[in-house]
Amino acid sequence: MSERKIRVLVAKPGLDGHDRGAKVVARALRDAGMEVIYTGLRQTPEMVAEAALQEDVDVIGLSILSGAHMALVPRVLEILAANGQEHVKIFVGGIIPDEDVPRLMEIGVVGVYGPGTLTEDIINDVRQAVVGAPAA
Amino acid sequence: MSLATSVLAGERLAMARLLSQIENDEPGGREALGELFPHTGKAHLVGVTGAPGTGKSSLVNRLAHYYRNPSSGEPQRKIAIVAVDPSSPFTGGAILGDRVRMRDLSGDPGVFIRSMAARGSLGGLAPTTSSMVQVFDAAGFEIILIETVGAGQAEVDIARLAHTTLVVEAPGLGDEIQAIKAGILEIADILVVNKADRPGVENTERALRSMLELAHPTRRVVEHHGAVETININDSGMDSESLWIPPILRTVAIQGDGIPELVQAIADHQAHLETTGERHDRDRARLQAELEQLIQGNLVSRWRQEVSDSQYQEILESLIARQISPHQAVEALLNGGQSA
Ligand SMILES: Nc1nc2c(ncn2[C@@H]2O[C@H](COP(=O)(O)OP(=O)(O)OP(=O)(O)O)[C@@H](O)[C@H]2O)c(=O)[nH]1
Ligand SMILES: [Mg+2]
Repeated sequence: MSERKIRVLVAKPGLDGHDRGAKVVARALRDAGMEVIYTGLRQTPEMVAEAALQEDVDVIGLSILSGAHMALVPRVLEILAANGQEHVKIFVGGIIPDEDVPRLMEIGVVGVYGPGTLTEDIINDVRQAVVGAPAA
Repeated sequence: MSLATSVLAGERLAMARLLSQIENDEPGGREALGELFPHTGKAHLVGVTGAPGTGKSSLVNRLAHYYRNPSSGEPQRKIAIVAVDPSSPFTGGAILGDRVRMRDLSGDPGVFIRSMAARGSLGGLAPTTSSMVQVFDAAGFEIILIETVGAGQAEVDIARLAHTTLVVEAPGLGDEIQAIKAGILEIADILVVNKADRPGVENTERALRSMLELAHPTRRVVEHHGAVETININDSGMDSESLWIPPILRTVAIQGDGIPELVQAIADHQAHLETTGERHDRDRARLQAELEQLIQGNLVSRWRQEVSDSQYQEILESLIARQISPHQAVEALLNGGQSA
């Protein structure tokens, strides 16, 4: 049982109180064999980065429905870099206007997912980002 | 600088990395553990076990918060938390959700929380939990809180690892007698009735107390100013000094009620272990158990390398065809696959 597991932090930064989507993704990633650290609602960027550090995750999935993604995501990336965790891959899910997607990708986000995304696609992208190979 | 040196210097990123290497049983992790081991043995290990949803994580959160912000006069302690959740037996994946209850601890550099998946282990801990605890111990964390999988049964593994084991019960888990599984007295150093704000707390406490009285008939457990105390009935000197009767404490983890008393009970138990020499005995027993477990694992994997799959299959088939007995099969397999 000593094979390398992909560790993912699923976090909900910001003030909106809906975590259904985040929980669905967390469960899908678990069912794909990953270890998912779930931290609950209303995380500050500082809390997200701290949990990512202590848990030594490969991936962070941020679920943001509040519209504050252009403030929250750069801040998370900034603290990760300050902590020496540039290698952590960031995915963002939620309600993200089309014009913001390229801006998020530019600052280092690996994938952005809107409502209705297939969890299979997310799983494949996460695997590819971490292991560098698509699912078998 | 080696990973171990960075950990000893208190570098949190190095610690997080090392914990992963250990969890994945990488050679670098083993090497660092070897360097760190002489620095271990100082921390007080507190196990927190109990059925799912009884409030273990919420209690750990409160305990850690108290140790970080003690009443005046008490020392502030560095706290590490290891929280174990089950792995899915089908996919090997896991959702580790204990941090949800530990928000109060974020932003405090004197706290380090690590979630672990049980990864196929059934005893409430993960295969590498004790090694991870060694890293925290060596890094100078004074109290290490270990939350087990909420499996709903007495977890012997945690009692073996921890110095002080808290068994957490809560009212409303159905039939009280059934909820309180036999065997918890063997592992509990402190019995916690959490969710004391809920109806039925008296029933839970009564069930625990009658179990205690059955186990320790020379003591009587009484209630005194609302706190449960044990009174020695036939004081027989030395013997009763070395006897620890698990206290029963009520808590409301969501509000923090009963936490100072729980911290005190943990300190009392720690002092008890020191004065009776039991701490030394427990450490010894734990290290011996760990040694034997490692020997078994290593011998099996070494043997596995010596026997080819085809040899193994051949002997297995002979066994199934009842040409050889199980003992003869073992003998043949240990002989490098040569039929006896
Ligand atoms: N009323 C009441 N609810 C509590 C108390 N302590 C915890 N809870 C609630 O009980 C639920 C479970 O609490 P947790 O701390 O997650 O319990 P746990 O034992 O760690 O759960 P698992 O890790 O899933 O086994 C949460 O909704 C808590 O808010 C308490 O003292 N009173
Ligand atoms: Mg828990």
